[in-house]
Amino acid sequence: MTSVDTSTTSAAKEHARAQSGVVTDSMPVVPASSWPTPPSDIDPALLTWAETVPGGRYTTKVLGRGTRLRLRDLDGRACAHLLLYRADAPWERLNVADTVKVPWQAYLGVGHPLLSDQGRVLATLVSDGSGRHDALCGTTSLASNTARYGDGSLHSASPAGRELFTVAAAKHGLERRDLPPSLSFFHGVRVGEDGSLSSIGSAGADTAIDLVIHLPVIVLIANTAHPLDPSPTYDTTALEVLAWTGADVAEPVDADPEYRRAFLNTEDVWAAAQRQGREQA
Amino acid sequence: MTTTIETAPLVPGTVILDEEVGARGPWSTVVVAGDVLTIVDLCGNQAVDTLIYAADDHRQRYSAAATVSAQRNLFLTTGSVLRTDDHDALMTLVADEVGSHDTVGGACSQESNTLRYGHHTKHQHACVENFLAEGSRWGIGKRDLVSNINFFMNVPVDADGTLGIVDGLSAPGRRLALCAERDVLVLVSNCPQINNPCNGFDPTPVRMIVTRPTGAQA
Repeated sequence: MTSVDTSTTSAAKEHARAQSGVVTDSMPVVPASSWPTPPSDIDPALLTWAETVPGGRYTTKVLGRGTRLRLRDLDGRACAHLLLYRADAPWERLNVADTVKVPWQAYLGVGHPLLSDQGRVLATLVSDGSGRHDALCGTTSLASNTARYGDGSLHSASPAGRELFTVAAAKHGLERRDLPPSLSFFHGVRVGEDGSLSSIGSAGADTAIDLVIHLPVIVLIANTAHPLDPSPTYDTTALEVLAWTGADVAEPVDADPEYRRAFLNTEDVWAAAQRQGREQA
Repeated sequence: MTTTIETAPLVPGTVILDEEVGARGPWSTVVVAGDVLTIVDLCGNQAVDTLIYAADDHRQRYSAAATVSAQRNLFLTTGSVLRTDDHDALMTLVADEVGSHDTVGGACSQESNTLRYGHHTKHQHACVENFLAEGSRWGIGKRDLVSNINFFMNVPVDADGTLGIVDGLSAPGRRLALCAERDVLVLVSNCPQINNPCNGFDPTPVRMIVTRPTGAQA
């Protein structure tokens, strides 16, 4: 039993307000510019997202064009499952098939475009300290985590990626049918000659990737164990999420012809919408 | 080459549907639980882009990712269970005269064709157009389109991760058979792509035969 007095509205209000200011290692910092450890080469005032997501949790935000998004596996067992939707047209979304087929590459690395179903680049992977990612296996389900860990429900000790994505998507008015196959970072998968899929695990603690955002997007991130994670126990660790503005998206970052055409399609749709906006103004 | 050859269902049973899907065309049907869909690659190396939905709830649909992660193999062949996002079984590949089918490459679209081949291909016929048009008859829209199966299409992955659509492994008359584990809607685009070898650069018809195990009730 606690001795706090919440017997009246004024006492309850005082009790509630006294809780603010608590700092934990798994929370967003608002404003993001107050993040205690901003990247040394970044003006903290440019930060738009600063959060630590514990294992088994999710986060979501709308990010503008020209944002740089950094995901960091702090302790070596984070797995960041990612979905992207165009914020102004969420029926356009990450398409993992085109994301591997168009660049002729199944393994994500620097310069890899994250393509929408409309032939545009929503984000580009521009920095990769891990090299262990996956575009083939998607995320986990209630059934698969229940079979694996005994539970996969949202508030269990081993939440499935699809359960986390369902709630994250719902906060943008999106439903389960709006969840296409996702990408994941910080847990690698390799394909054998016979098609066999095997886990190559994590690159270890304190590895990060950076994405630049080409069009305004809804970002959904679920931090939960990869479907092929060989660990018999659920032990996903924390993911750090930082984003800041000012990334250069006016020039293509990869020289491949497919990338260049995706970039041109993206600039084309952005410019057309901006022009219309100016004429209406 | 449009010479067709006579074929039979791959699994014995009473034929309850037998239709030819024209080159470049869409097709769909409901296959009830226990029935078997035989797909015949009439002229050889014709990609058959396929999506599967629970007939009574289209939100439950085929997931390439769940399917390949559950079987820990990227390629589909006899024994592959085609699963939903929630890992429930929709259909099982019960017989296969080819040995390997793709589910990573997705469907061609007007938009992705502009990236892959150039903007001059934008107005060429593409699978997503077939899926949208045929799906609309069932209330299936853009939100419901996800990574599909490409029967008779060959997409190897090299050791360095390079992947691509290469010459097919099929041949005229090769068949596969899918047993419905529940009532399913099968949505097909008989791929119209002419810019890569997935259709041997010449889209051709395929044949769809649904059989019911002899003695089974309708």
